[in-house]
Amino acid sequence: MKQTAIETILALAALCAFGGGDWRQFRGTDNNSVSGESNLPATFGPGKNVGWKAPLPGRGPASPIVVAGRVLVTCSGEPRQDRLHVLCFDVESGKLRWHRQLWATGHTVHDPFGAVAAPTPASNGKLIFALYSSNDLACFDLEGNLKWFRGLAYDHPTTRNDVGMGSSPLALGDVVIVQLENQGESFAAAINAADGQTRWRIPRDHDGIWSSPTALRGKTPQQDLVLLQGRDRLAAFNPQTGKRVWQYEASCHTIASATTSGDRIYLPANGLHALQYDPAARNARLLWYKQRMRSGNSSPVVHGGRTYTIKSPGILVCGEAATGKVIWQLRLKGPIWATPVLADGRLYVVNHAGLVQVVELGQQGKLVGTSQIDPGILASPAVADGAIYFRSDQNLWKITADKR
Amino acid sequence: MHVVLCVVVLAAAGSAVEPSERLSPPLRTLLAVGPKGAGNRRAAEAWQELARSPAERLPNLLAALDGANPLAANWIRTAIDTVAERQLRRGGKLPAAELEQFVLDRRGAPRARRLAYEWLCRADRSAPRRLLGGMLDDRSREMRRDAVAQLIGDAIQVTELSRPANALPLYRRAFAAARDRDQVELLAGRLRKLGETVDLPRHFGFILGWKLIGPFDNSAERGYGVAYPPERESDPAASYDGKHGKVGWIDYRSKDDYGKVDLNRAIGEEKGVVGYAMTEFYSAERREAEFRVTSFNAVKLWFNSRLVDEHNIYHGGSQMDQYRSRGTLLPGRNTILLKVCQNEQTQSWARVWGFQLRLCDEHGTAVLSTDRPAGPAKTEDR
Repeated sequence: MKQTAIETILALAALCAFGGGDWRQFRGTDNNSVSGESNLPATFGPGKNVGWKAPLPGRGPASPIVVAGRVLVTCSGEPRQDRLHVLCFDVESGKLRWHRQLWATGHTVHDPFGAVAAPTPASNGKLIFALYSSNDLACFDLEGNLKWFRGLAYDHPTTRNDVGMGSSPLALGDVVIVQLENQGESFAAAINAADGQTRWRIPRDHDGIWSSPTALRGKTPQQDLVLLQGRDRLAAFNPQTGKRVWQYEASCHTIASATTSGDRIYLPANGLHALQYDPAARNARLLWYKQRMRSGNSSPVVHGGRTYTIKSPGILVCGEAATGKVIWQLRLKGPIWATPVLADGRLYVVNHAGLVQVVELGQQGKLVGTSQIDPGILASPAVADGAIYFRSDQNLWKITADKR
Repeated sequence: MHVVLCVVVLAAAGSAVEPSERLSPPLRTLLAVGPKGAGNRRAAEAWQELARSPAERLPNLLAALDGANPLAANWIRTAIDTVAERQLRRGGKLPAAELEQFVLDRRGAPRARRLAYEWLCRADRSAPRRLLGGMLDDRSREMRRDAVAQLIGDAIQVTELSRPANALPLYRRAFAAARDRDQVELLAGRLRKLGETVDLPRHFGFILGWKLIGPFDNSAERGYGVAYPPERESDPAASYDGKHGKVGWIDYRSKDDYGKVDLNRAIGEEKGVVGYAMTEFYSAERREAEFRVTSFNAVKLWFNSRLVDEHNIYHGGSQMDQYRSRGTLLPGRNTILLKVCQNEQTQSWARVWGFQLRLCDEHGTAVLSTDRPAGPAKTEDR
């Protein structure tokens, strides 16, 4: 019994150390939209499987993240969207633990469809990095203490995209990487997580890009690379130095981001390109390309030897990850902007109208539940601690199986 | 740094807050943060110290926002929020009387006063009704907005309780004070419904009358950097070699409520072209003004022959007041010249070639040319 308790404690400690219960950035800690959580409800509604619902003070396509028992979400408000919010809720109670506000120092012009709180915040487990379309980047600790603040458009005033900047930051190792690709001063940069100083900064093409930096994990953290998706190429960089390691030319999607699974990279680019990274040769080669697996605006999900892409107006396509062979298709209700999440053998897909469609994955895709949350959803959900979190422009929802 | 400190000292001299308090070492450290992360390391330590301040110090911290650069302002405001949030969480009280005094002192920085107001409202729920009535002309955009919203609410209540016409004076006052587009549009709708004539271009300060010339060549977007004759001389009688032959200035008057100028209609729809818009603006006095330009196209703006703003961006999104620049109006005649470049993108959404431009003060209050006709413009004139 004693031995079992010690093992349990050790297992929990290991889980905490690696942030097992966390969902730390856009598309999850590993940017793959896959969670190991189980027992998530297929349907929910008033009085059913809703853990809590918290009102939000502003809008935002930014996804919530979950770190160490906290749900963090960013919002932007006021007519010019120049009031920036970071809110931290307790996962269990939904109680607001802290709320910080900032004044945008950069441009806040954006398409009314979106909002200035477009990029999903990121965390390394100890610090939160909140980036906004105004190119303001703030770092808080888990208790809401401001550790550093950068006005990246204050530093580089022509860095702006008047549709809105949507690329989410990536916490990788001891840096946070931002991709501010736009028609003005266009660049990517690594900012020291500890003190907010710029580690490196590299120029990017003068083009509007909304896809996000993606981690390509190596066998050790020192071998990790960061993938930056431009309009005409995907390139891998050393996150410590900003040096390019390899690049692959393709007409890349400007919104949907690449997804990695081991040494494989699934790149949305007029269809889906499956690449294999060879660390020894320091390059990536094409395994297959399938035009039928083109993405709308959500990013691909890869799990269990399958790829899942959603093309307009809401067709979910399941394919073989090894070959690109299409296995099945399922028509869902679109339009769908938010990247779906995969957990417990199901895909959770939320459309812009706030209809959550739950698809049981198998030899065929089967719609097993639909539920309605607030309209106007652009944010991908987060999955952690036995719950799935949705955010709208009005509310943050915790969906979890009712306790019996 | 010295300039910032001087500004803070001067600002402090006119308020109830002791300068020595405002310039405590941690505040000085936060005020010293600069671009590219300068001062962040020291600021993080100073922030912790400030965030531990008792709630009684909130007015002092708020006062430090006066003159703070935008980066420092965020360091200070998050410390203020932390102090106030902790105090309320502990069941303590905020210094409501001092906060209210701070809000009512209009010499203070608009953002600082607004922040004080928001925390005051958490401490005293009667504050909005008591204070907003006097804030229709406040320098804080958000205070003014809330004051307008309250007046709209009052007008709606009057409408429900008595005859709609009785709400007319309230709607008029609210419209005169409103600066945000959504409120202005709502109020314009209500006023028009009550039979009022509303002149939106005048309210916002949109320029309607222009002289236009074009097209000049912008193949491969090279025309953006070419100084065509309208950039070198100001002669409305002149004609020049354009993209396809001689071109001359034409008179144009926008009929749009938001002063939109459609160059496709005025000059002719074409890709890879440059057009110019020129106007005269008469001022009674020397004064500062903001030029607010909106365009999906690449633009350059000259004021009195000096380049004041430029954006080499095509079809990247647009919103009213997209580009803001400043200039000093001279008494009498001033000239405004705008270059508007269309590229060769073929998508349907890349068709648009045009602009809108207004002059206003920093709060969005229209600055009008003295030769603009008095009274509301007739619909057929617009």
